[in-house]
Amino acid sequence: MREVQAQQITGAVKNLCMDANFDLGQDVVESLKRSLEKEESPSGKEILEMILENADIAREERLPICQDTGFAVLFVELGQDVHIVGGQFEEAVNEGVRQGYAEGYLRKSIVDDPVLERKNTTDNTPAVIHTRIVPGEQIRIVFAPKGGGSENMSEVKMMKAADGIDGVKDFVIDKVSRSGGNPCPPVVVGVGIGGTFEKVAMLAKQALLRPLGQRHPDARFAAVEEEILERVNRLGIGPMGLGGRVSVLDVHLEVFPCHIASMPVAVNMQCHAARHKETVI
Amino acid sequence: MAETIRLQTPLSDEDVKRLKIGDKVLLNGIIYTGRDAAHKRLVELIDAGKDLPVDIRGQIIYYVGPSPAKPGKPIGSAGPTTSYRMDPYAPALIAQGLKGMIGKGPRGEGVVEAMKQHGAVYLGAVGGAAALIARAIKKAEVVAYEDLGPEAIRRLEVEDLPVIVAQDAHGGDLFREGVDRYRQD
Repeated sequence: MREVQAQQITGAVKNLCMDANFDLGQDVVESLKRSLEKEESPSGKEILEMILENADIAREERLPICQDTGFAVLFVELGQDVHIVGGQFEEAVNEGVRQGYAEGYLRKSIVDDPVLERKNTTDNTPAVIHTRIVPGEQIRIVFAPKGGGSENMSEVKMMKAADGIDGVKDFVIDKVSRSGGNPCPPVVVGVGIGGTFEKVAMLAKQALLRPLGQRHPDARFAAVEEEILERVNRLGIGPMGLGGRVSVLDVHLEVFPCHIASMPVAVNMQCHAARHKETVI
Repeated sequence: MAETIRLQTPLSDEDVKRLKIGDKVLLNGIIYTGRDAAHKRLVELIDAGKDLPVDIRGQIIYYVGPSPAKPGKPIGSAGPTTSYRMDPYAPALIAQGLKGMIGKGPRGEGVVEAMKQHGAVYLGAVGGAAALIARAIKKAEVVAYEDLGPEAIRRLEVEDLPVIVAQDAHGGDLFREGVDRYRQD
């Protein structure tokens, strides 16, 4: 049994909020540089250059990569031999978000009720916290702020087994096509297959946490990822939807067992500001 | 042939009519910010026949909710938000004399018709290049709806803000043209 102070959790989350918003992951930067080489559209190339220059400015000056510093989404793996003391776990996480978004001059983008008054909560809480209890004595925290634009282009579809893998591919490609310039291409596409209505959405979001360029460990799904990636980059959407060869940086699939009567599929769209940082307490 | 044009606000009808899709524009002068919540309030005022808190004739609205300014800086990061959400409101503002909108993503039919009828232009900014774009903003002050926080109407002084003509007053659509050019069937 290992004791962890709630304050440690707050401090860790606070730093993750700022790091994720200032420092774009190296895998994303490399992917954008490769895209610049592949892109043929002049406006597309210029846009990619601006995106790369922006990443440098944000990292060096500790400024948000994007003004939409996102909904605070956290994935926590809590070791079952950890005992949290000195405060309540979720309160500690939310306090970390509150402090990180204040200290980092990050945007407060959350409204209290979604449909009637929509009043800003002024501190970017509440966070959305997904917690799993795992073996061990550590707490692993992944912070992945999610912007509204790309999130709005996401979808869950309860397909039929008879739709098959071709139905899944068509759904994903059609979704990218219909989203066009809205989610700030070039995008990363997270796809979930299986589970239940809510589980499949989670799978699609978790798919976005994998480093760009890394394929699914199962060769059959890796092949599907590559096929979808190749086909969506023939759509011609390009950077910011103004036309070009590079519309999608990568496609990641996550799968889970599912009900004999169902085939849930989800697409979680992610813009090129694919931000996520993690730490272990 | 697409040009690079340095423009000063406010915009005249001639300014708007000469812009064609693909033209690169470096914007100078005063622009106003506004997005979903502010637009809802503005159109409610228009519908009630009341005056707007800001005179929008000849002006440009930038769809942006900036992050807070660090001490000593005029504004935080300030890239565009997705424009289609303002589509229900834009035609009413264009009819009242708004000459330009800056955002990202394509505009719908209602907005395009209003742009053709009254002479207005839609300019695209690079989403996610928010720290870079902020360098072109020299001054920022809230002029209306302070209670909306990041969604308040701000008056910005800009110097060479880089945008591209995405949809023009003649029905030209760079999104459609661009995708048609690069799509491989």
